[in-house]
Amino acid sequence: MLQETAFTGNMKADSKPLSGSELLLRALQEEQVEVIFGYPGGAVLPIYDEIYHSNIPHVLPRHEQGGIHAAEGYARVTGKPGVVIVTSGPGATNIVTGLADAMMDSLPLVVFTGQVATNVIGTDAFQEADILGITTPITKYNYQVRNIEDIPRIVKEAFYIAKSGRPGPVLIDLPKNIATGTAHVSGTADIHLPGYQPTTKPNYLQIRKLTEAVSRAKKPVILAGAGILHAKATEELKQYAEQQRIPVVHTLLGLGGFPAYHELFVGMAGMHGCYAANMALYEADLLINIGARFDDRLTGNLDRFAPKAVVAHVDIDPAEIGKNVPTKIPVVADAKEALKELIAQNGEKPQTDAWLETIQTWKTEYPLSYDNDGSMLKPQKVIEMLYEKTNGEATVVTDVGQHQMWAAQFYKFKNAHKWVTSGGLGTMGFGLPASVGASIADRDSTVLCITGDGSFQMCSQELAVIKELNLPIKIIILNNTALGMVRQWQELFYEERYSHSKIPVQPSFEKLAGAYGIKGYTVNSEEEAERVLNEALSHRDPVLIDFRIDPGENVYPMVAPGKGLNEMAGVKKR
Amino acid sequence: MKRIITLTVNNRPGVLNRITNLFSKRNYNIESITVGHSEQEGVSRITCVVNVENDKIIEQITKQLNKQIDVLKVTDITDQAMVSRELALIKVLATPATRSEIYSLIEPFRASIIDVGRETLVIQITGESDKIEAFIELIRPYGIKELARTGTTAFLRGNQRLASQTKNISIL
Ligand SMILES: Cc1ncc(C[n+]2csc(CCOP(=O)(O)OP(=O)(O)O)c2C)c(N)n1
Repeated sequence: MLQETAFTGNMKADSKPLSGSELLLRALQEEQVEVIFGYPGGAVLPIYDEIYHSNIPHVLPRHEQGGIHAAEGYARVTGKPGVVIVTSGPGATNIVTGLADAMMDSLPLVVFTGQVATNVIGTDAFQEADILGITTPITKYNYQVRNIEDIPRIVKEAFYIAKSGRPGPVLIDLPKNIATGTAHVSGTADIHLPGYQPTTKPNYLQIRKLTEAVSRAKKPVILAGAGILHAKATEELKQYAEQQRIPVVHTLLGLGGFPAYHELFVGMAGMHGCYAANMALYEADLLINIGARFDDRLTGNLDRFAPKAVVAHVDIDPAEIGKNVPTKIPVVADAKEALKELIAQNGEKPQTDAWLETIQTWKTEYPLSYDNDGSMLKPQKVIEMLYEKTNGEATVVTDVGQHQMWAAQFYKFKNAHKWVTSGGLGTMGFGLPASVGASIADRDSTVLCITGDGSFQMCSQELAVIKELNLPIKIIILNNTALGMVRQWQELFYEERYSHSKIPVQPSFEKLAGAYGIKGYTVNSEEEAERVLNEALSHRDPVLIDFRIDPGENVYPMVAPGKGLNEMAGVKKR
Repeated sequence: MKRIITLTVNNRPGVLNRITNLFSKRNYNIESITVGHSEQEGVSRITCVVNVENDKIIEQITKQLNKQIDVLKVTDITDQAMVSRELALIKVLATPATRSEIYSLIEPFRASIIDVGRETLVIQITGESDKIEAFIELIRPYGIKELARTGTTAFLRGNQRLASQTKNISIL
């Protein structure tokens, strides 16, 4: 069932034939690939021989999972596709988690997997895995190359698919004989994707409708998701919010899309969102979702979500609109294009003074808070110190758990593309490797890898890469000797039956760092934290700091499962 | 409610897998699915019959299908003027005593006998699914040894009713 190839390169019989590997590297060059995250093996040896001669930088993670998370970190910060090359079989299956993660969080990746030769595919040959079958549900698209001549076209299509529309991971499976075989191919390829035409320009009528709804609204709120960041629409968002004086709430993944210090910024909403943001969504009469997908961790109980609001939803993916929340005003478009149109409308401004005042009162009366009697080191305090000492300008990468939520709550982002976290899949082990990619993507920025003692141990081997490249990554372990988020749920919902969530037996993280040649510290108090952070942030070498925090600390506020956003637990009045 | 969705797709390896995956991922049950070449080279036509609880689900299915790179067009033709056909092969026990009775049932349904064995007959029937179901129920008492159904394949008639009568779930 092979479609006729759409390759249009002119065949030159007299030119030297090129191998599949050469064609691949040329195609990557053509796409201006800045870095490859890869791990060699039998099926990709011919490609690696070509990489040996190539000038595209290559980063060798110490586990393929680390490689793909690094590529995700790179993609999150740059918006460009992260490129991964791994071998067949186990190399390929090791990247499955990263693909699922990238699919959920709409990160552009182009992933190459080696494959056994075409004549033995399907025979359970050595290191064969049906990677197309395995990855179909977790890729935006996947290919297996069957003709050498198709390589230029397929690579070009893969990059286009990965970064256009709603971004996502694309996988290309390359049988070994395709990589070694040669063909007479020259010139460039044209993409041929008749079934794929993402809509980027908004429908004018819907824009009009939205503009009218805004002018009539008394309590409008913008819910800004990562779509703002993918579309590089932060300027437009700010302009529009200011023009109409509409408050802005962020999703977890949207953080940084709107400056945290802005008077119109309310905060992050959702399960561990702040009181003002959740209440703003609950009380709103017009909810303008731009580039968020109404994930359940954001909405809480759907029956009680935004009960008073007319819902407008701007999304590049039509399938997201109306999927979870009934939507009155659908706008299928790129966030930037839609915002530009909305700004150009310059509609009649709504009367939002009273609403903004209410929100301001919520913000001042019910701020994010925590108890701190000074007896034990509080994780929130550590994040606050990090925020102050880096001026809100560091790249912050997290793992998954309580530390992730504290980072989201207490680090106030001034800028966009500085926040890297695994949202949809919630992948422990993401943080350390993702910080490698994030650091390579933005070499000048200090990277804070905020992780937990559990998550860190899922990909700690990547310390080797950090040392090798001497990346300015400051690894912050908020060590509560537990799988803290699990422990919290067991405390709250399972009557303190801590089933396999305590991990008192640990390596010395300080010494572990030392073993890799990275300076390590252990910190037990605020005074020590002050001193160590000053030292650690005074230079650009990697460091690891093991913060021994209060093991009983919980993340609040919290919207418990099944509750509405207005039913937060742990909210304290100032 | 039963919905008939037709798709045209690029005839590429893995397309069918991607489409059926999408249904199973979202826990939607496919009642039948037929695939074959279309009038256009390199393009296949798929007819999918699904049973869903409400319009919202069918809207979501359609959008998810539309999103697939290799899907060229998706149409829910249930409420439009269309032709739909299914073929069934039925191997039924036929004794000398029942043989003529079975023959008499076949005629009004315009089914045909395509194989005659010592103890069985193979009947071929085409038509809309309802008709096939009715026929199977009639034949069942004689003893069905084997049954194979192709599932529905369908497309729009040459003339449609007024546009206002057709269902439009596009939001563009
Ligand atoms: C790969 C993976 N396995 C399991 C989980 C479930 N899980 C979510 S948070 C968490 C605990 C994380 O512990 P740690 O990294 O120490 O962070 P903390 O919550 O203590 O800050 C677990 C086990 C997950 N998210 N990812």
